Amino acid sequence: MPEYSFRLNGETTRVEAPEDMPLLWVLRDLLGLTGTKYGCGEAVCGSCTVHVDGRPVRSCTRRVSGVEGRDVTTIEGLSPDGLNALQRAWIAEDVPQCGYCQSGQIMAAAALLDSSPDPSDEEIDRALARNVCRCGTYQRIRAAIHRAAEEGGR
Amino acid sequence: MSDVIGNAESRPDVVKISRRDLLKTMGLAGGFVLSASVVPTGVRAMIARARRDRLEPSVYVAFDEEGTMHAYVHRVEMGQGSQTGLTQILADEAEADWDRIHVVPTYGDRKFGNQNTDGSTSIRQFYDAFRTAGATARHMFEEAAAARWGVDRDQVEARNHEVHNRATGATLDYADLVDAAAALEVPAPEAVRLKTREEHRYIGHPVTNLYSEQFATGTSIFAQDVRRDGMAYAVAARPPDVGGALAGYDRAAAMAVEGVIDVIELPTMTPGWGFQPLGGVAVVAENTWAAIKGREALAPTFTPGPNAGYDTAEYEQTLWRSIDAGGSETYARGDVEGTLASSARRISSDYFIPHQHHMPMEPPAATAEWDGDRLSIWTCCQDPQAVQRTVAPYVGVEAEDIYVEATLLGGAFGRKSKPDFAVEAAVLAKEMGRPVKMVWTRDDDVRHGFYHAISAQRVEVGLDANGRVQAWDHRAAYPSLMEAASGRPTDAATSFEVGLVMQQPLTVPNLRIRSGDAPAHVRIGWLRSVTSIQHAFAVGSMIDEIAAETGRRPDEVWFDLFGSTRPPGAAADAQEPDGTDAARLEGVFRRVVQMSEYGRELPDRTGIGLAAWRSFGSFTAAALEVHVTEDGDVRVPRAWTAIDCGLAVAPDRARAQMEGAIVFGLSIALRSELTASNGAVVQSNFDSYEVCRVTDAPDVQVAIFENEHALGGVGEPGVPPVAPALASGIYAAVGTRIRRLPIGDQLRT
Repeated sequence: MPEYSFRLNGETTRVEAPEDMPLLWVLRDLLGLTGTKYGCGEAVCGSCTVHVDGRPVRSCTRRVSGVEGRDVTTIEGLSPDGLNALQRAWIAEDVPQCGYCQSGQIMAAAALLDSSPDPSDEEIDRALARNVCRCGTYQRIRAAIHRAAEEGGR
Repeated sequence: MSDVIGNAESRPDVVKISRRDLLKTMGLAGGFVLSASVVPTGVRAMIARARRDRLEPSVYVAFDEEGTMHAYVHRVEMGQGSQTGLTQILADEAEADWDRIHVVPTYGDRKFGNQNTDGSTSIRQFYDAFRTAGATARHMFEEAAAARWGVDRDQVEARNHEVHNRATGATLDYADLVDAAAALEVPAPEAVRLKTREEHRYIGHPVTNLYSEQFATGTSIFAQDVRRDGMAYAVAARPPDVGGALAGYDRAAAMAVEGVIDVIELPTMTPGWGFQPLGGVAVVAENTWAAIKGREALAPTFTPGPNAGYDTAEYEQTLWRSIDAGGSETYARGDVEGTLASSARRISSDYFIPHQHHMPMEPPAATAEWDGDRLSIWTCCQDPQAVQRTVAPYVGVEAEDIYVEATLLGGAFGRKSKPDFAVEAAVLAKEMGRPVKMVWTRDDDVRHGFYHAISAQRVEVGLDANGRVQAWDHRAAYPSLMEAASGRPTDAATSFEVGLVMQQPLTVPNLRIRSGDAPAHVRIGWLRSVTSIQHAFAVGSMIDEIAAETGRRPDEVWFDLFGSTRPPGAAADAQEPDGTDAARLEGVFRRVVQMSEYGRELPDRTGIGLAAWRSFGSFTAAALEVHVTEDGDVRVPRAWTAIDCGLAVAPDRARAQMEGAIVFGLSIALRSELTASNGAVVQSNFDSYEVCRVTDAPDVQVAIFENEHALGGVGEPGVPPVAPALASGIYAAVGTRIRRLPIGDQLRT
């Protein structure tokens, strides 16, 4: 089985996996990082959103071979030292209901704040339109992103 | 973070739990546990019903030697906030410090009473029990402190994990009192003083969700996240039609996939479906991806069963024929036929809603592990006792000997009341001799659900010369959920299901409800707010149609029906002659009328729709501002909703439920439709079974009423008014009447 090497949450990681195994299952099953969630397997719900080289990516359809040598950040590595402003805002607004989609929502929001530090509602809607929340926490997601932006980004 | 959750070695003895057993599970030598007498009569009766011959005490709270309060919250958390709310109740009455509370993972045991987290019941059914449990602990700490100081009990007062001596100002921490308190007799409930509402500091006050920080850091554990040492992963191929049977599969091809360990047939489904698994064949592998690839290689074939002809387009016609035929009467008051015949005006309309699916963000999953003949299961279940009962016959173990722990549920909405997936895990783990996680993929979730019923309704009303409703003739035809609920098939919706129409406190002197034949060809389940979905849509839409037909404002017609403009002496709701319920429903309706500034000038192609509904012991209303674009897209920029549930124990969680209910209702109204062809569900994922996204989400304002009425539910009641309010708002905006959901592209030009 081929071996792949990439930086995961800042640390060099090697893993043996079939070439076509999605990054999602590498993270969850082979490396035990279950913060990244399985929701659809077809890049249509956003629950599995991680960052690859700083950009939001659906890990359920990104093959492990496609992250060779790259920089992968998951929810577990979003803020290595305690909660960042975005996570604090998420808690302050008490955004999550069931919580399942929230890792993906936060990773998508973090990527948005990196490219647009003070996004409008329309920008938020555009950036997060592919992240489904069945509990319907959307209004609080917007509020948390605005709050994080006011506190200087993430 | 630990890589492995759960701890089968230290699990409590689930048959008979003694104080010593419970303390042992906490790793403690001392500490105390409250037992029998904390159970109020209502809960005792509930337990007795479930277990006539073996009445067991319930245990909701314990303190360890460090003084930490262990909350045995027996209802599961799926986003509705009940675990936070129930913990608030215990902590408040126990005068506990919020930072010194540990919430014990929920496991199944009849000693807790009913654990079915369903029907918006967790807080309202256990408010008294949890208050009494917490207050009993406070009472015992106070008594122990009073004895220590040699003063009367009324000289001491517990506050925030300490007992204060009023005379001397001395304090004792609960940790210093645990041993002494544990040695005391547990007081009778009558001897325990409950705090007043004014004294409450957690109950009725916003508290951050217990799990928010876990969610924000990705450390929460859902069923899909469970990991056990030596665990294998399973994915299954199931018959496409309910009752179909496995005919063949290519075992060798699946075994050839790297990582596949075994291919195992699953138990076949038998008539009287209940929560049985569907049958089929599972691929067990070293990881989820290998199991998925193995399943792709299987190429299974199935023998069609009795429902293989199910086609929802054809079935809709069956439902309308059933409506035409009349159906059987489930409720009547007055003389509907006579009043209709003599009415000044009659209006009749047909309403249709297709099957809906729960679509929880977390597809079902369960992990089972055998240790000799002891079975442990970690799963996203709404009722751990239902898991025990459902799994037991498949594995030859007594239900109560199975340890079932409910993980966090990544959404449920009714789907995870039905633990077919846990049976699959238990059977496979037994066969494999190692822990197995049964993973449902998204297409499994969509294609093998317990769907909300496809429904047809015909409502005819008779109005007097002033446009007042004199007769309401309500016909419904939809398949019943009773086969899932009881394992007994029934060929028409039951009075329990259609009776929601009758339970509305509306002034309708002559009312008849009929249910037409509608045998089920897929598994029918309950979805958040259940049959209120279709009945609120039909009732609310008809009220708006009456307004349109009679040239009156919709809010005036609603006010008429609440009885506020009822002439003196006219018939009130026959179920509720004193008018309290009508006043409460009117109260929330009036609030959304005010909040939305109903009647104000609105932009072009924009309208406000209103609706109200009583369900789950609560009263809710919604006002939606609806804009229909020139292209026929429906936008809802703002929504206002109100709930009267007596008291919201966890007000911010209640607010969140009401906000989310608007989005959930909009999904049903705007986007979601599940269809079947040749017995198989057509949709498979979020691209084909659509739900609302952030781009659909309005800015929602919520009003929460507080009064002295009995507690009502919160998780579900926000949903029913949404679809009728939306349809009415569309009519107000552009004059098009929506009688069929979802709206989809009905308004596209």
